[in-house]
Amino acid sequence: MKILAAIKQVPARDSQLRVNDSGTWIEEPDTSEINEPDAYALEEALQLREKAGGEVVALCAGPESASQTIREALAKGADRAIHIEDDDLGRFDSLGIARILAAAAATEQPDLILTGLQSDDLGFGQTGVILAELLGMAHATIIMKVEPRGTGIRVKRELEDGWFQNTDLPLPAVLTIQSGINKLRYATLMGIKKAKLKEVRKLTASGLGVAVEPSVRLERVFMPQRTKQTRMIEGSVRDQAAALVEALRHEVRVL
Amino acid sequence: MAQFRGVDYLLIDSMLSEEELLVRQSVRQFADAEVMPLIRDCYREGRFPTHLIPKLGELGYFGANLDAYGCAGMSSVEYGLLMQELERADSGLRSFCSVQGALVMYPILTYGSKEQKDQWMPRLRTGSAVGCFGLTEPGFGSNPAGMQTTARQDNGGWILNGEKTWITNGSAADIAVVWARTPDGIRGFLVEKGTPGFTSSDLHGKMSMRASVTSSLALADCRVPASAMLPGAKGLKGPLSCLTQARYGIGWGVIGAAMDCYETARQYSILRTQFDGKPIAAHQLVQEKLAWMITEITKAQLLALHCGRLKDQGKLDPAHVSMLKRNNVGMALECARLSRDLLGANGIMDEAPIMRHMCNLETVKTYEGTDHIHALVIGERVTGIAAYK
Ligand SMILES: Cc1cc2nc3c(=O)[nH]c(=O)nc-3n(C[C@H](O)[C@H](O)[C@H](O)COP(=O)(O)OP(=O)(O)OC[C@H]3O[C@@H](n4cnc5c(N)ncnc54)[C@H](O)[C@@H]3O)c2cc1C
Repeated sequence: MKILAAIKQVPARDSQLRVNDSGTWIEEPDTSEINEPDAYALEEALQLREKAGGEVVALCAGPESASQTIREALAKGADRAIHIEDDDLGRFDSLGIARILAAAAATEQPDLILTGLQSDDLGFGQTGVILAELLGMAHATIIMKVEPRGTGIRVKRELEDGWFQNTDLPLPAVLTIQSGINKLRYATLMGIKKAKLKEVRKLTASGLGVAVEPSVRLERVFMPQRTKQTRMIEGSVRDQAAALVEALRHEVRVL
Repeated sequence: MAQFRGVDYLLIDSMLSEEELLVRQSVRQFADAEVMPLIRDCYREGRFPTHLIPKLGELGYFGANLDAYGCAGMSSVEYGLLMQELERADSGLRSFCSVQGALVMYPILTYGSKEQKDQWMPRLRTGSAVGCFGLTEPGFGSNPAGMQTTARQDNGGWILNGEKTWITNGSAADIAVVWARTPDGIRGFLVEKGTPGFTSSDLHGKMSMRASVTSSLALADCRVPASAMLPGAKGLKGPLSCLTQARYGIGWGVIGAAMDCYETARQYSILRTQFDGKPIAAHQLVQEKLAWMITEITKAQLLALHCGRLKDQGKLDPAHVSMLKRNNVGMALECARLSRDLLGANGIMDEAPIMRHMCNLETVKTYEGTDHIHALVIGERVTGIAAYK
């Protein structure tokens, strides 16, 4: 089975974030790491390869510094990688990023594409799903478990309220993986050494023929603003209570 | 305590390569997840976490800077960062890896016969065999040249007699590298566990390195075959060359212990309030201690990094390593003491890692050449006068 693991580099969880001067995104953080659900997607890919054989290719769109995350994936055992290098991916929306990934994936004809269910920075949860649509592949989200089954796979999806769904999918397919579903391995020192010799194919968005035409634009990034407002609720006690409940439920959203 | 994110005041990370950073990150994740949660109990109970041995082998931590028999072939800086992250967890864990790699695998690979290497290197690398290094004797610590353990030739083999003590992993070891006096000078022997006449007993009552096994070895007419001798090591140079390897690792390792103490104290001093709800970190005396520690840690990092680069260029000599070991161990011990002070009463509890590091570092100050002995090595280098005797 040829598996693509789409991984993204995001700011490390407790890094100090600074909004850039134009207020459109954050400055490159001091420390970055692999997007958490993507780490589980990569691990699942490696485990599937151990069970079913084949190849794992790490696929990453990101700036030059994302090579650190790619190297980690190779050190953990990915056979090779594709780096779509771009210092300003913020120009694209989820559709644009998915187009880039789809164009790169199309050069590989994978049986399975695994990615995290969402990214820790933007949190759209869209990329994997759009990717599947663009490639015309079957897809399923919030995956807890993947098992090869005949010519396809059986997956376990997390639903709400502690419910799960087990369902079969044909291949090729795209799965978005939930965090915490397996035990992440550590990169071994031998793996780190070997990673130096593994192939990293460099591509660009323009080289893949993907134009910048976002339909969704990130207007402004800003730190949460703290404001304190006092509103007096007028009317009868009954009306006041109703208005208060309404406000708590729909504006403050604590009920 | 918040997750450890490293100590890098002077942007020293900018001098590290991607691989070096990845090595550090990977070992850090391992130490945080697999060692930190249990090390306090191990220390209390005076036991090494033996269940980690296969994992340490699988991850490539044994003989990591050697480049044969499937070892990881790390650069000196990568190896140093490995030691740093292991010792941030506990000096006993780092000692285990130091002994296995620098004091057992290194001499077998460097001085051993093909048969010795083929037999032991793969097992030592994976951790399916554990090794120990027997140089120190009850009467000869700083002056190993005086050793009394002897080996005499007999019927095509060797007969060993003598006692070794303070031997890390002595009773846990499947193979002991024992240094003994022969008519030919000092030679090294590979003595297998269970060889008749070879016994070990653990030292109890240690107030330091409690998460590490330390033993005495007794050799009473212990017969080993001729093939047990390391053919390539003649004279005290053999064991001393191993110690240079291990000391280099210690020079890095103790930075980890210092970082753990400093970070614990720094975070504590910001959270702990006294006198009108002010954090103790707001006081100048407290800040001075933190400033001292971060400055000394930074200097130690630069010293270690420079020595590492020199080592890879083949330019690091034992007198350099003496400066690295002596300075950095002293620095770490002082950081432990200052950090303990900043935690007040909480600092004496094993809830915090500081007393554990402090006690461990007392051993580290003594073993692998005491602070004094390294001062004398440096003194000899700059004066040309040896002052040991
Ligand atoms: C936990 C632990 C693990 C160890 N593991 C090992 C191991 O695996 N293998 C091994 O072979 N050994 C091991 N050692 C032994 C260690 O290397 C020795 O303890 C060390 O070499 C010092 O020897 P000593 O304890 O006999 O002290 P001594 O040599 O008696 O020294 C005592 C004091 O006298 C000072 N001194 C001695 N000579 C001089 C001098 N000429 N000038 C100035 N000061 C001097 C020393 O600096 C020190 O302050 C271990 C020790 C410990 C504590």
